[in-house]
Amino acid sequence: MSTTTDVRGPAAAQKPAPAPPAPRRKRPKGWWLPFLLLAPAVVFELLIHVVPMLTGIWISFLQLTKFFIANWSEAPFVGLKNYQVALDFNGSVGAGLLQSFFVTVGFTILVVGLSWVLGMAAAVALQGRFRGRALFRTLFLVPYALPLYAGIITWKFMFQKDTGAINHFLYDNLGLPGDKPFWLIGPNAFWAIVIVAIWRLWPFAFLMLMAGLQSISSEVYEASAVDGAKPFRQWRSITLPMLRPVNSVLLLVMFLWTFNDFNTPYVLFGSTAQPAAGDLISFHIYNASFLTWNFGSGAAMSVLLLLFLLVVTGIYLIAVNRRNRDA
Amino acid sequence: MRETRSSHVFRWVVVVFLTIFTVVPLYVMVTSSMKPLSEVQGAFTWWPQTITFQPFIDMWTTVPLASYFVNSLIVSSAATLISLVIAVFAAYAVSRYRFKGRNVFTTTVLSTQMFPGVLFLLPLFLIFVNINQAVGIQLVGTRWGLIITYFTFVLPFSIWMLAGYFDGIPRELDEAAKVDGSGPMGALWHVVLPAARPGLIAVAIYSFMTSWGEVLFASVMTTDENRTLAVGLQLYSTQTNVYWNQIMAASLVVSIPIVVAFLLLQRNFVAGLTAGAVK
Repeated sequence: MSTTTDVRGPAAAQKPAPAPPAPRRKRPKGWWLPFLLLAPAVVFELLIHVVPMLTGIWISFLQLTKFFIANWSEAPFVGLKNYQVALDFNGSVGAGLLQSFFVTVGFTILVVGLSWVLGMAAAVALQGRFRGRALFRTLFLVPYALPLYAGIITWKFMFQKDTGAINHFLYDNLGLPGDKPFWLIGPNAFWAIVIVAIWRLWPFAFLMLMAGLQSISSEVYEASAVDGAKPFRQWRSITLPMLRPVNSVLLLVMFLWTFNDFNTPYVLFGSTAQPAAGDLISFHIYNASFLTWNFGSGAAMSVLLLLFLLVVTGIYLIAVNRRNRDA
Repeated sequence: MRETRSSHVFRWVVVVFLTIFTVVPLYVMVTSSMKPLSEVQGAFTWWPQTITFQPFIDMWTTVPLASYFVNSLIVSSAATLISLVIAVFAAYAVSRYRFKGRNVFTTTVLSTQMFPGVLFLLPLFLIFVNINQAVGIQLVGTRWGLIITYFTFVLPFSIWMLAGYFDGIPRELDEAAKVDGSGPMGALWHVVLPAARPGLIAVAIYSFMTSWGEVLFASVMTTDENRTLAVGLQLYSTQTNVYWNQIMAASLVVSIPIVVAFLLLQRNFVAGLTAGAVK
């Protein structure tokens, strides 16, 4: 196969001129075909992602309220006013945004950290061969495969104050003293949303880490075991370094998904009541825009969120690249 | 790996804890779907006092679940199909050609993962409203609006995964096909696509699952006409009653096809995911 290619390739390149039909058939293929193949993807990405994003940035400079929805090009230009309002932390809008930002930071650290720990623990626990391994592997992937609203809505039922499974277990089965608390209203909402988000996310960490572990040969472990390394030592000095490429992608993706998480608070709390403790930033912006119909302010907050994510991602990628270079 | 006592204990502690964490909500979903309404409105019970399958019948009439189901099915299938076709061409170009702007394209494609959905949501909603006023094509409240949104939404990750998969298929196979007289498209059709079937399946699962579970855009872009399951399942609450047993029954029914499909095809999915990740 490859010999034929080697013979034909240079030969075709050497004589483009003599046969007029040949270059028409061969040379164009060299350049326009990839662009033609990409065209549909590029056109739709431009139309549905790039144009709305630029529009969003433009809207953030407008006083776009419900009066201008139908003809938003006539909304008055207000410069940076939306940004000033969003970043004035003494005003109610800015204070709400800041509170939501801190909630989201805490939420993201807990959810990404614990999902990674659980995913890693499961991937390592299922690394060796034992009876029932395939069954657990499949079972652990179910929360990820479940349509997300189906999983979250079940948790919503479990977190009900008087009819839910959580309070029944804690207060009726375990006999905790005191009254059954609310989980979806008030400060407990934070813990409720953290648990639900971890339940959904950790199988993804497990999936990626499990796939990463498959690329480490068992000989490395056997050699270190001969040298007397204990399992924890093996994990620290073999597994963790070998998984670094997977981890660097995995942590970034999990961070972005979790920080932008809208679905969990939306399904868990509904759009009418948002407990401050579970007011994640996407959900906050959504409510600020669609409940008050103030799109200009919502767009400004979205742009601020995007800028924050850009900066964090940029710093993260630089740090990862530097570590890889030093290593 | 050497089995020590401590690693044995570690394994079973992890497995037992995670099994309980995973299974409890699934157990609650299944058992509650078989309880009468009076029981889910009282204190929680781990085992149904009365087992009934009435919720599985009632759930179709309390809300128009069948119509939500059809909407979700059409929207998710169409989005999956369209994105798969577009992604195949784009991934083939990225994988098999070195051209100007290739790096810009791949970087841009991946960076879309970073953008918060709400940033697109507001302008896209406004653009759809304005398109309707300008040329009379209705997108908000129709299936097409959702299909267009979803297939572009899953496109970047699909291209990335497929390109990784195509990279793993030896180029010599394409070249051989070209020598045999078929052009690049012939090589794609006769050689690359058959070899990439697991990757195609993985991308299709990803697209379908994402569209089937999407909540954010569905909550704004749907009306009674095109309501999908993601929003429809939340309509089992009325002023007086929350039909938790029917919600659990409906959740179970809409989950089973997709969970079964995912678990049957999970090996393809893992392979497709890692093909992209190791690149």
